[in-house]
Amino acid sequence: MGKTLFEKVWQQHVVQQNEDGSTLLYIDRHLVHEVTSPQAFEGLRLAGRKPWKISASIATPDHNVPTIDRDKGIADPVSRAQVEALDNNCAEFGITEFGLGDIRQGVVHVMGPEQGLILPGMTVVCGDSHTSTHGAFGSIAMGIGTSEVEHVLATQCLIQKKPKVMRISVNGSLPAGITGKDVALYIIGEIGTAGGTGFALEFAGEAIRALSMEGRMSLCNMAIEAGARCGMIAVDDVTLDYVRGRPYAPKADNWDAAEAMWRELHSDADAAFDAELVFDAANIVPQVSWGTSPEMVLPVTSSIPALQSARDEVQREGWRRALTYMGLQENTPITDIAIDKVFIGSCTNGRIEDFRAAAAIVQGKKVAANVKLAMVVPGSGLVKQQAEAEGLDAIFTAAGFQWRDPGCSMCLAMNADRLEPGERCASTSNRNFEGRQGMGGRTHLVSPAMAAAAGIAGHFVDVRDWS
Amino acid sequence: MQAFTTLKGLVAPMDRANVDTDAIIPKQFLKSIKRTGYGPFLFDEWRYEDRGEPEMDCTHRPVKTDFVLNQPRYQGAQILLARENFGCGSSREHAPWAILDYGFSCVIASSFADIFFNNCFKNGILPIVLDDKVIDQLFKECAATEGYSLTVDLPAQTVTTPSGHSFAFNIDGFRKHCLLNGLDDIGLTLTHADSIHAYEAARRQQAPWLF
Repeated sequence: MGKTLFEKVWQQHVVQQNEDGSTLLYIDRHLVHEVTSPQAFEGLRLAGRKPWKISASIATPDHNVPTIDRDKGIADPVSRAQVEALDNNCAEFGITEFGLGDIRQGVVHVMGPEQGLILPGMTVVCGDSHTSTHGAFGSIAMGIGTSEVEHVLATQCLIQKKPKVMRISVNGSLPAGITGKDVALYIIGEIGTAGGTGFALEFAGEAIRALSMEGRMSLCNMAIEAGARCGMIAVDDVTLDYVRGRPYAPKADNWDAAEAMWRELHSDADAAFDAELVFDAANIVPQVSWGTSPEMVLPVTSSIPALQSARDEVQREGWRRALTYMGLQENTPITDIAIDKVFIGSCTNGRIEDFRAAAAIVQGKKVAANVKLAMVVPGSGLVKQQAEAEGLDAIFTAAGFQWRDPGCSMCLAMNADRLEPGERCASTSNRNFEGRQGMGGRTHLVSPAMAAAAGIAGHFVDVRDWS
Repeated sequence: MQAFTTLKGLVAPMDRANVDTDAIIPKQFLKSIKRTGYGPFLFDEWRYEDRGEPEMDCTHRPVKTDFVLNQPRYQGAQILLARENFGCGSSREHAPWAILDYGFSCVIASSFADIFFNNCFKNGILPIVLDDKVIDQLFKECAATEGYSLTVDLPAQTVTTPSGHSFAFNIDGFRKHCLLNGLDDIGLTLTHADSIHAYEAARRQQAPWLF
């Protein structure tokens, strides 16, 4: 019987199979940022340990960095201390860091692929749940906690239990205006935030193969919001074309050998999956989350659900709490919801294609009077540079959007960019949890084009009708 | 790491599904570079009326009196009873650090998010999965009985109610071993250093661009 993509990559990384069923798994790439690493480095110091393989880890600060007035440094002393701790730890242990002044600095999950640090068939970890992004390259990419960050630094391995594998196929062609983000939200709406728990997901089907690498990264990024250990997509020409020529990608003969190996990174025709789901691309319309969990999501064409339609009392109570928190009423059409702020960026939607899509929507228009702040935050210094070379920054600023410096920004609001209590945001980020974008803030997750259009209209609109 | 063997402790009920790690410990507290001191900020936005900031003194902050952990009957709780998909969202280990620092060393739920579940074991916290129906029963008993406590026996893998009903739970053998002995798994992995070197040597032949 054939093997799944997951099985192929997993088998290539088994150092040791333990009697208790766990596996000592080798880790090829480790991305490091300032928030989940200081306690790990401290652990190494206390135990007198050194990194096992220094070149496997690459660091950049992203969560705490300012996106404006960067020449003035980081105003918040606690944030500044954490970024300085990363600088000092990287210097002490010899780890390459793209620091605040480096054009390559950015959100780790944008920076990594952009530099060619993420290669097909790798195992990739980072102390960040959205590490699942990198499964777009046919890698096994998992978010880990700080203890495991320390474990990987010290041993280059993780002790893992092999997850089950679920294939999610999206057949047919995506209609115009539907992005990888909409596919991700649609799937989460269908299977729930625990639908993927215990599984590695493989996204397959014509609609997935037709996505760009940016779209694939948006989709795999949100595999974690479905509860999955990781999300993956088979390697094809789209993958190879993206990786070829990047700074850390293999060159010359090494490239040819690598390509030959990477071409095998797909599930065999007769591979068996532990679970399988099939969706029809034609059914997907632009998605807007309405509640406080990514599974509380609906097509823009629909209305907030009635509590009586909940499947049980636990869900009904969750919906009731979400409606109260979000300040929404049952049966309200999504397009009637007015917004206060717009955030376009994050590890989900902070890449060049995202800004092109948003710029195309806002070109020649103005942000609505009721929108207090519309901000565009590139995922990295290089994305920013590229967007400026294409004139996208000018389109955004002419429309009344702010054009910022790269970082995680208002996706999780660890820096100064946040919602105030009660403010409602059209956001291209990945989580709409209570308080995620600021205490009392109300998040609606959407694609970049949908966020841009909401910023112009002042409320949610269907981008398919945009003119 | 503190070893976990048996625990008889007061239970606090967190009666909602999909409790995420942003709720368990909000982002502003992730700026700390320490492993301790998060307990006063556990569930900060649900627990206090004002906005919490790192290193603030919480003793005089206005509290939301209806929040479960603020109710007098649950003071001193060591076991957190929860519902499905507890700990979803961010990988922040600050979530289990806050839970432990507050005084919980066991969380019982119908299901957990993967990363949070794994992070618990690294910190001497025992996460226990019990069937939905059992969880429902425990919530009812806990609401009905002030001072409701459970006895958790890790060697026997059981949770026992005050009336003597016992429920068995599953746990991976390696994780059980580490918890019972308070073991640091980095040290254990490093005992396999030769295997890691051998793997690297073979892999370097196969895929030199990775080295």
